[in-house]
Amino acid sequence: MNLSHLVLPLSVMLLLVIINLVKGADYFRITMVNGAFYGNIPNILFGASELVILSIGMTLVTAASQGQDISIGVSATITSAVFVQYVLQASEVTLLTIVVGFLLSCVVGLVIGAFNGSLVAIFKVQPMVASLILFTGGRSIAFMIDGKLSPILANDISNKIGTVIPGIPIQTPIILTVVFIALVAVLFKTTNLRLYVETVGVNPNAARLNGINPKKIIFLTFLIMGVCTAVAGFIAVNKAGRHDSVNLLKLIMMDAILAVAIGGNSLGGGKFSITGSIIGAYTIEMLNRTLLRLEIEPATIKVFKALFIIILMVVSSPIVRVYMRKALNRVRDLRKLKGVGLTGTIMSTTISAEMRDE
Amino acid sequence: MKDISKSFPGVKALDCVDFKLRKGEIHALMGENGAGKSTLIKVITGVYEKDAGFITLQGEPIHFKTPQEAQNKGIGTVYQEIMQCPNLTVAENMFIGRSKSLFVNWKQMNEKAAQLLESLSIPASPTQELTSCSLAVQQMIAIARTVDMDCKILILDEPTSSLDEFEVHKLFELMRELKARGVGIIFITHFLEQVYEISDRITVLRNGKLVGEYETPSLSQFELIAKMLGNELEDITKLKKHEPIVSDTSTPVYEGIGLSSAAGVRPFNFVIQKGEVNGFAGLLGSGRSESARAIFAADKVTGGEVRMKGKRVKIKTPLHAIKQGIGYLPEDRKDDGIIEDLSVRDNIILTFQVLKGFFKPFSQKQAEAFAEEYIKKLNIKTPTPSTPIRSLSGGNQQKVILARWLLTHPEYLILDEPTRGIDVGTKVEIQKLVLKLAEDGMSVTFISSEIDEMLRTCSRLIIMKDREIVGELRGEDLSENDVMSVIAEGGTNNA
Repeated sequence: MNLSHLVLPLSVMLLLVIINLVKGADYFRITMVNGAFYGNIPNILFGASELVILSIGMTLVTAASQGQDISIGVSATITSAVFVQYVLQASEVTLLTIVVGFLLSCVVGLVIGAFNGSLVAIFKVQPMVASLILFTGGRSIAFMIDGKLSPILANDISNKIGTVIPGIPIQTPIILTVVFIALVAVLFKTTNLRLYVETVGVNPNAARLNGINPKKIIFLTFLIMGVCTAVAGFIAVNKAGRHDSVNLLKLIMMDAILAVAIGGNSLGGGKFSITGSIIGAYTIEMLNRTLLRLEIEPATIKVFKALFIIILMVVSSPIVRVYMRKALNRVRDLRKLKGVGLTGTIMSTTISAEMRDE
Repeated sequence: MKDISKSFPGVKALDCVDFKLRKGEIHALMGENGAGKSTLIKVITGVYEKDAGFITLQGEPIHFKTPQEAQNKGIGTVYQEIMQCPNLTVAENMFIGRSKSLFVNWKQMNEKAAQLLESLSIPASPTQELTSCSLAVQQMIAIARTVDMDCKILILDEPTSSLDEFEVHKLFELMRELKARGVGIIFITHFLEQVYEISDRITVLRNGKLVGEYETPSLSQFELIAKMLGNELEDITKLKKHEPIVSDTSTPVYEGIGLSSAAGVRPFNFVIQKGEVNGFAGLLGSGRSESARAIFAADKVTGGEVRMKGKRVKIKTPLHAIKQGIGYLPEDRKDDGIIEDLSVRDNIILTFQVLKGFFKPFSQKQAEAFAEEYIKKLNIKTPTPSTPIRSLSGGNQQKVILARWLLTHPEYLILDEPTRGIDVGTKVEIQKLVLKLAEDGMSVTFISSEIDEMLRTCSRLIIMKDREIVGELRGEDLSENDVMSVIAEGGTNNA
């Protein structure tokens, strides 16, 4: 299997780890509080849950429709509003209430996906324009579902879903994310989703002539996106404990698109890597928390994030990549000329340099 | 150029090739696909850097790192696929990217363009949109652009592949005019007749090696083909078609009655027997591709009924057709055929996988086995099955598409221009394969703009003109003249 597309997100992650270790050697330290793990790494996994799930949907939509869905944060606000209303109207909140509420929000997610999907697949509206409709009006819809309030989810089960279940040392959102990723993996294993989506994304004409209906596949990716928004909304609202229709998952689509890009995926569609996007999503969360840890002023933090991303994108651009490959070849040729002895020296110098740093 | 070598991972594309172009000559560069023609051109124009060897221009050693440098030194290239801006005007296309100042003097630009068009007698006006010109004229405008940039060497890569005879004639006039001005022209084509009509010298490459340089008049066509193919030549003469196994009276594999499609074919009837090879013949735009597409439902079917082995079936989408055992290799390999970013393996299994169903993916191992089987069977030259199809040569891409359809084991296979833009060797291979398939009982419709290819393979030709069937020819005595006369007569009937 070719893993070259993972080089970029993984090396960014490595770089962030090094920066964090320089800042303080206790970066990986994990502490046990009230029977659950806490620390930098668990916090990243916890904080990135929604982003990871949304990035998966974004990857599929991007691959098939060659564009992006920018309504995801807003859609998740709508689905979670429905969930919250369903839970609040119950006289007693049981596990069943939560499950039914969640399923109901999934149905709403599917409807939203079908709406965006039919605009894109059937009416051939640009994905970004199609999802702009909900992006603009969606939060008002959520606000109306909320009944113009910011309802509070004060029940025990929601609390457990948003934080930890006693007896399980890992925070629940992390577990839910892992389960979701596993389900997606099963979906890819048992269907031809990858082949169909990639074929449609690369060449819709040829896809049609080989018996694949591009409209259906694009529509399907938006439906999957709908489920992703419902799950992300569910996790987000349980984490927050209240439904804030104005700020819930605000502007998360930017990070989701970025995660797809960092994951080595082309925003022009075609071949894709879900693994890359997932690592990309965790990388973004890691970056956010690294900037916090470096005690950069919250007001300027976005500037640093932007700078980091610019550098990242330039380094990973095809132009730099070609240049690097040529440089590497030259080094290789040099080595051939001077014999293998040189490699040893280079390696030992790097190792000693690294040791000094520590 | 001397001793040019260039390697790619796994392949040595050029092996110590010498190439000499003299002032004011038209030099044909010949060879099969994968012989190294394109690589050589790309080394000359600075797209690739050479691994070894020397290039001199007018006695002066040169070393291009970018296409821009080559262009500045007077090496102009016009590629097979025309790369211009279709919705800008002719003049804009000729001067785009060449202005040194930020502002454009429209009047001056149009005047200069008009002069240039006039001097090369190109029938276009500077202010018309490029799309409104014929392909040949667009081609000429591209050439005019390079000529105006003071080029000493002009490289034409398959300039004639999408032109009709008259347009080719116009293009050749332009080439002769440039030759007279002292421009050295490198001409790449698959059409042998054109080589003899226009070129002064021929350089033949085979498998990345130089076979030799010859004066055109001293090398017969037969010798040229022999040099290009090595030992594959006798195969062409051995090709022997055969008649369908079953008689006309038995139930046909496919029968279409009154078929018509949104692409504008007039309703037509069509039958094909088991093991029969037939073809739609006609000029470009006669409706031969549209008919094939109507059978496969590639265009929206607007009427008619279809019987497969006597049973009435509904074919409204390509998927219906595939399920009925019909395969279709499209005319436009790049736009309708290959999934360019996907691997050779995925490209091979695609349709069979679709046929099997969305919820029944092949295992990695199974897919690999299918790919390996057909790579071997059709002799597809690819480093590995997971190489993206994009990086294969045209002929090998076409074989992958063929493999894709053969894997679905169709009863009826439609091949629309399967040999376009690919080398003689692969052409022969494909023709042989078609006959072999028919022998094994497959029905094949073979469409080609090279009539001799169809005469060699088809036992029945359906002649089309103006989107209508105007006649049918069969039997061993099919000949090019017969086809032409039917087309001509069809014309008089219509008038």
